[in-house]
Amino acid sequence: MKEKEVPQDNEGLLEGKLREVCYAVDDNGNYVTVLSTGWTPKNAALKQAWADVNDKIEETKQNVLTGKLSPLAYYMEKNIMNLKLLSQYAGIPKWKVKRHLKPGVFQKLADETLGKYAQALDITIDELKTFM
Amino acid sequence: MTEKNKDIIIDFKHHQAAHCENGAASNLLKHHNIHLSEPMVFGIGSGLFFSYMPFIKLNYLPVISFRPLPGMIFKRITRRLGIKITRERFNDQAKSMERLDESLRNGIPTGCLVGVYHLTYFPAPYRFHFNAHNIIVYGRQNGSYLISDPIMETPVSLTKEELMRVRFAKGTYPPKGRLYYIEGVPDSYNLKEAIIKGIHNTCKDMLEIPVPLFGVKGIRYLSKRMKRWPKRLGKKKASLYLGQVVRMLEEIGTGGAGFRFIYAAFLQEASKVLNRDELMQASREMTEAGDRWREFAVISGRIIKDRAGSEESYESASNILLEIADREEKIFKFLKKLPLN
Repeated sequence: MKEKEVPQDNEGLLEGKLREVCYAVDDNGNYVTVLSTGWTPKNAALKQAWADVNDKIEETKQNVLTGKLSPLAYYMEKNIMNLKLLSQYAGIPKWKVKRHLKPGVFQKLADETLGKYAQALDITIDELKTFM
Repeated sequence: MTEKNKDIIIDFKHHQAAHCENGAASNLLKHHNIHLSEPMVFGIGSGLFFSYMPFIKLNYLPVISFRPLPGMIFKRITRRLGIKITRERFNDQAKSMERLDESLRNGIPTGCLVGVYHLTYFPAPYRFHFNAHNIIVYGRQNGSYLISDPIMETPVSLTKEELMRVRFAKGTYPPKGRLYYIEGVPDSYNLKEAIIKGIHNTCKDMLEIPVPLFGVKGIRYLSKRMKRWPKRLGKKKASLYLGQVVRMLEEIGTGGAGFRFIYAAFLQEASKVLNRDELMQASREMTEAGDRWREFAVISGRIIKDRAGSEESYESASNILLEIADREEKIFKFLKKLPLN
């Protein structure tokens, strides 16, 4: 890649927080570093990954609204977590987390347990309980 | 303010790098007066690699990597330069922070392994549950920790709670509070020998691992499997798999083309240190291989955007990979035979 060809396809994915170091050759064939704000193909790949995450969140949201899953399932997806990861962050065994995804079981949870989830998911207990 | 909580600012120079592990290593070495560029650290640390392990899934996607396991580059470069390092892991979060404070009080800039999901200064679209990010802590001021994150343009800071959280991120490869620092550097070291060892190690990694998942064989294996993705997985999943390859190839830290350009820069520097024009030639060929990886990314990017993704495009993406495998095989066979000393 030539120094002048280093792409600057800024699509806001870096949020202006940084530019990335790229290695490219100058006119004399020497390697130099150039800062880049983004590149279309990689932007597309990153957006695709988020679209997939968002599809899963939306699907789970519908399942919560129709009473098939508890709000915990929604916030789990929103944090890109699965049962195992949520179990590790909350310090609650996986089989219990799985049960807590059922609306009926979730409603009976003590505040102490809800607190553990809220902390793991970066929300308040009220947010966790009053979904929508 | 007690003695223990006093502000500490170590005179540590932040330099931005493409990749966090190279950058952390290079910046720590510079602090100890060993001035090696990022490509030099990467090359001596044998950072170039390829692996494709379709049977191991991360977030339902196959594991593809353009670098060795996290920590390898740092381990190899320090070993090859005869540098003594300390590495520690913790079960107790409070203890891990006390140990970090102690290290800072001793004036030692300290590397920490962290997860990026809760890294507050990071751009949100890049915050996935990825646990092998490297940062250097170089002080503490007004209750916040001063951080040199190699991929950021300027230094940043984290509160104690934020730092503790990322040091004890959960999931795959949990960092468990891992910290590391340079204990001492030798009076002199043999740069030429280190470079040669680094090159030979990479030749071995790319050519000789007797499993078809690694090195140039791994690239061929990916190429073969990729052709069948649309039929085997359906269009949506196939496109997600392809996106995964592009992300690993180009996402923050590879310096472009899955580290191939950084490696070409290393070969260029090495040709000057060892006074060998052949390495300059190898550098040019590595740049060409990198350019082909970029072409692969362009085609893949088009397939990803067009969610329907025609099968013919997978065919052309797959064919580029075969060509890349041939190119890289040629380069590393050449380097392997090159009598360096």
